[in-house]
This record gives sequence, structure tokens and C-alpha cells, in this order.
Amino acid sequence: MFKAENSNIKHIINKNWQQIDDGTQTEKAVNMLGSQALINSLIAEGVEIMFGYPGGAIMPTYDVIHQMQDQIKHVLVRHEQGAVIAAQGYARACGKVGVCIATSGPGATNLITGIADAMIDSTPLVCITGQVHKDLLGTDAFQETDIIDISMPITKWNYKITEATEIPKVIARAFYIAKSGRPGPVLIDITKNAQMDYLDYCYKKCQHFNSYLPEPTPKLQTIKDAADLIDSAQKPLVVFGQGVILGNAEQEFKAFLEKSGIPAAATIMGLSAIDNNHPNYVGMLGMHGNYAPNLLTNECDVLIAVGMRFDDRVTGTLSTYAKNAKIIHLEIDNSEINKNVRVNIPVLGNVKFTLPQITNRINQNAYPEWREEFSQLHQQEQDVVIKEDLAPSQNELSMPEVIAMVNELTLNNAIIVTDVGQHQMAACRYAQFNQTRSLITSGGLGTMGFCIPAAMGAKLAKPERTVIGIVGDGGVQMNIQELGTIMQTEIDVKIIILNNEFLGMVRQWQELYFDKRYASTEITSPNYQVLASAYGIASEKISVREKLKSSIQDMLDHDGAYLLEVMVGQENNIFPMISPGDSVSDMRLK
Amino acid sequence: MKHNINTQFDETKKNYTMALFSRNRAGILNRITAVFSRIKLNIDSLNVSETESIGVFRYSVCVNTTEKLIRRITKQIEKQVDVLKAVYATDDLIVQQEVALYKIPSQVMLDDIQTEDIIRKHNAKILRIHREYTVIEKTGHKHETQSLFDELEPYGILEFVRSGPVSIGKINY
Repeated sequence: MFKAENSNIKHIINKNWQQIDDGTQTEKAVNMLGSQALINSLIAEGVEIMFGYPGGAIMPTYDVIHQMQDQIKHVLVRHEQGAVIAAQGYARACGKVGVCIATSGPGATNLITGIADAMIDSTPLVCITGQVHKDLLGTDAFQETDIIDISMPITKWNYKITEATEIPKVIARAFYIAKSGRPGPVLIDITKNAQMDYLDYCYKKCQHFNSYLPEPTPKLQTIKDAADLIDSAQKPLVVFGQGVILGNAEQEFKAFLEKSGIPAAATIMGLSAIDNNHPNYVGMLGMHGNYAPNLLTNECDVLIAVGMRFDDRVTGTLSTYAKNAKIIHLEIDNSEINKNVRVNIPVLGNVKFTLPQITNRINQNAYPEWREEFSQLHQQEQDVVIKEDLAPSQNELSMPEVIAMVNELTLNNAIIVTDVGQHQMAACRYAQFNQTRSLITSGGLGTMGFCIPAAMGAKLAKPERTVIGIVGDGGVQMNIQELGTIMQTEIDVKIIILNNEFLGMVRQWQELYFDKRYASTEITSPNYQVLASAYGIASEKISVREKLKSSIQDMLDHDGAYLLEVMVGQENNIFPMISPGDSVSDMRLK
Repeated sequence: MKHNINTQFDETKKNYTMALFSRNRAGILNRITAVFSRIKLNIDSLNVSETESIGVFRYSVCVNTTEKLIRRITKQIEKQVDVLKAVYATDDLIVQQEVALYKIPSQVMLDDIQTEDIIRKHNAKILRIHREYTVIEKTGHKHETQSLFDELEPYGILEFVRSGPVSIGKINY
């Protein structure tokens, strides 16, 4: 017998499912160009803004964007990677689908890193690429590249449109797939002829797609089993990820924590889902997370994983991970169940719907003694690491004290966007959040160059909020061309460069594991003040503690984009740390 | 409450046959094979055909791997938007069949009476007789088609081809 995890195949395949271009249209159709249909479809999906870069194969569509600029805004970036990451920043900040648009060939391939990033971090995107005329496909035509095959493993779905008539249905499907279930990037490649041909346009949003089950429903028995197991626990621990944010389940999650009384730790992608000052919150998990939740993962007797995927940076070595615990995994994506960690009770579904069912069944509880273990370990971390991080004995500024000052002056109210490396870990460890969707970072892929474009997208999504990009001197030079976009579009982002004149995280590993052989990690920077001024962006550079508060205050008070360069200790390390290959309980404080 | 605490998956490699059902869409085969190539897992055989439901295609994929991996791969394939269903089975739970074609020189059929015995014994069929060559068909499990191959080989096989197995589950699922 074939093993299947869910229902009857006969039932699925015998349904009368429709082909993509079956042409059944009920509403009144309007004759228009494919490019007009494309932009009208985006508007029908509620798209207000897109990020992109024009070129030959997408020109018919840009012509329509120009004509319809009062209905849909286009932000011209300086590199297509900037477009796709800005679309991610937008989507992560407001929860809507991010849209980017590029031409064929190099325009399309420049999107790849951002698409891969969105795939691994479950960010809803629709990426539109132009393509050569359908008759030229496969002929090595100018700027022809097979972006569908190239992007296949890093897209949730992709589709090549070669006929104008396909446009409305495919775009509707693209948005439905991108945002439903576990979100992800969708790429739609549109040949030039499809943009230039006429079709009878009418738009209907996609509600259902036969071969696609976005939100599985859990069996009632697993909900009951999960609730029973939680009630029987002596030392339970909740580990939560971005699933809480993606499911808009922050309230449901909070209710669950408050009734169960269970301590909760965040993955990097779960940060900001609950307030840092929530009494149940015990810190961040992972390689550079907090001491208590990492160590006590191996002490807990029931581990409740909520919308997270047991990434290797969270689990350390799997052979010793949470071996004393029975594991409950609340997860929307069935392929995550048992992928890395054997689970005792999988609860499939959107946590927004599964959490309340569990909350209703469990007893009100509190674990004072167990919570005391967290407090004690946290005190150790406080004494050995945090105290020195926030009030360094050395003269040089530390990254954590800069983040702490940002917290103080923004009242924990800003959206923090990071790049990748030491400053990212410092930001994730020390930034405080009092509302959800306040940390935007490249978690799974670790994409350097993420900060500036993502901050642009976040600010355009949430113009009323302060958006602060925290970036290193390495990452800032990787998409620095986007300062041009900030200039032209007048985007009010505040960028703090934490400059240690090193590729700091790699240098830290070289110090710890490669006998201090600093291979290619010393990096020089341009004069950022001159550079910012060339782009018409206000800036300041500081290197002493006395200036820190006033400079950050000046940055926040400034009307418009601002770049603040802070020189920090060159060879500071991020601790605590779980060495690669070690167990979470082997976390070292120094 | 039953909890399968710490029950590890069997880490030994076995032959698994997967049945995958998908919509008929250009590129879907690449999405499926990418799940294997990502982890450098060879596909031993692959067969695609339309099913009893119009527009639904069935892929029979044979791989040699561990239970842990086959479970993961199956779910990763089923997750693909255009895939309707993905299931897997070990050989003992399915009915399998494959077909093999053998091209041998016609002269040996005329010269050597042994070849007739071999073809009878194996219940093989002769599909075409040409002045130069004869095409023989044999359906059966791999060891059966292989056994015919081994017996014909001394007489000189000009060409040989074997399909991958197609399979159907023993119990309704």
C-alpha cells in the first residue's frame, strides 16, 4: 500500500478542476492590451506600490505603468536585487504581497538572491519579469534567459505567460499562492507578445486552486493530545517563529501564553511577535541567542514549537537537541513535520486557528520554580555578557550599546531592519519591540546587502513609523547603490552603520576556529559622509560615547533620510555562542 | 495517549517506488526532479503517463534510499503547488510490471534451436522479424527480464532496452 499522509487521491483527481486558460469568464470583459491587463490585475489585487527597473522585454508594461501612475506607484531602484529586497521589506512590514518587476535576462537573474531569501523566510512576493517574444524562446535571443527553470527551486510557484489571454487568471493565481498557506515568492515571466497582444479582460480573484491545499486542518484528536500533554508537563517551553506573525496570530499566541503560563523563546524570525517585556518572554533562541532558553531547551519535558522550523542555527546538533522533551509542533507546512526533529504530536494548520483550540482545552497554570531557573541563568548572562556589552569597560563603542540607545530614544517603537553579521546579532539580541512586524532581517538565507533596500520597502509600507536600518560596514557596501533610490524617491529611512572595519562575524569565526588567520576580512570603507552628501543625504560620523545619544537623537529628529556612521570596537565578539556542532546546552558565555 | 518517543527511522537503504500525481503543466517534471537532485539522489527509473482521470498524470519513480529521506522527499514533492498527491511504498506492498525489448540477429534464430526454447521458457513474445534482426518482448519483474537477457546474451544481443517499472498498490488507498 502506498503511504499517504492525507485524504483520498480519487477524491482529489476526480474533481472537475479547471485548466489555467479555460476561458470561462462571466463578468463583462473589456478589450485591452496584455500590458494593461497586467497592471489592472495588480491594481485589482490591491497593489499600491511596486519596485522595479525597466528594460527591453518589459517596456510595453512600463508604458502602462507610466500611464497609470496615479493608480499605482513605481519605485525605480538602482539594481534589481534592490527591487526584490525592497519588496520583501514592504511585505514583511505590512503583511501584504510585495511586488517587483524587472526585464528579461540580467534583470531577471539579478532578482535571484532576493527570491531565494523570500523563499526560505516565507515572504509573500510576486515577481514579474519580461521575456522575449514567444517565437524567440529557445533561440538565445538578446536578453533571453530561462528564468522559469532558474527560479524553479526557489519559488513557491512560477509560470511563463506566452499569451495575453492567460494574464488575468495567472496573476490572480500568483497572488493567491504567494499569500496563502505558508507564504512565498511567485515568479511570473511574461513574453513580450503577451504584453502587446489584445485580450478581453475581466478579473476574478482566485479563491481556490485544486492541487493546492494551503491550510491543512488538524485532527481533533491531536488538539486534545496536545492539550493533555501540555497539562501534564512539569517544565514546558514554547519556542515560536515567524508563523505567529505570518498567521496574524499575535493575540491568540499571547492568550495561549497567559493561560498556560509557559515561558516562551523566539527564533530570529519570531522576534517582535510579542513584546519583549511580556512576563512569559525568556529571550531569543539560537547560536547567538540568550543563555537561558538555549540551555533549558535540553531540560524541558514538553517543547511546544509554534510556527517555526527547527533551523540548524536554532537547534545546534540534532543528536542532543531536546532529548528530554516530548515535542508538539504547530505548523502550517506538512513538509516541516519531522524534517529535522522527530515530533510526538504534530498539529497541522494555521496557528491562528489551532492555538485557540488548545488554549480552550488547557488549564490555567504557572511554573514559578521552572521560571526561576530561567531567571538564574539569565542573571549569569547578565553578569558575564550583557553588563559589559551595554556598559563597556573599553573606550570603543560597542554595538549593543548603540542598539540600547536606539531603544531608549525610540521608546521601543521603531521598525528595525538589519543586514547580516555581528550587528544583526547585536540588534536581534538587544533591540526591544513593543509591536509586531518590527524586526525585518534576512534569517534563513543570511543575505548581505539586505538592510538598505529592505528598509526602503518597510518605510514605504509603514510611512507613519520610524524605520531604522542597522548595517555593518560590509553589508552597507553590498547594495549601497540604493542610496540613489532613497534620494530620488525621498524615502525617510535612518541608517546606522556599525563600522568595525572588519567583516566582523567571519572575523570572529576566524579568531575562534581558524587561529586568527584573518583571511580577506579586513575591509576598508569609503568616506560615508562624502558619499551620503553626494546623494544629498544628511550624515554624521561618531566614535565617542559622549556623542552617541545626541547623534541618534539628531538622526531621529532629522526630516528625511539620514546616515549615521558609528565606529565600534574592531575585534569585539558576539557572545554567548553555540559553537558549530555543539549542543544548545553547550552554549558558551565567553 | 500514544507517543512514538525517540523511535528512529530505519536508516538502511531500500528500494522505494513513489506514485506522484500532477496536473499537466510544462516544467512540473523539473520541479519534481529538483527535489531529488538537490540532495544528489539518483532516480533509478521514471515513468510518466496519463491516468484514468483526464489531465492528471502519474509518475512512477523508483529510488534507493532511507525511510527518513523518502518521507521527507515525498512531503516536499507533495508541497509543490501543481502536484496533487505524492505517496511511496516498498516493493512488497505494490504490484509492479516492466517491459523489456531485445533485438537479436535473425540468423541465430535460424541457426540455433536453443533460442526457440529460451523464448518459450520465458513466455516471451516475438514482435517483429526482419531479414537482419528479430525483436522480442518480455514483461515481468526485473529479475525475469534480466534472466532472459542473460540467456540470450551468448547468442549476441544487438540492442536491449528496459522500461522502468509501473506499479499499482495492493490495497485501495
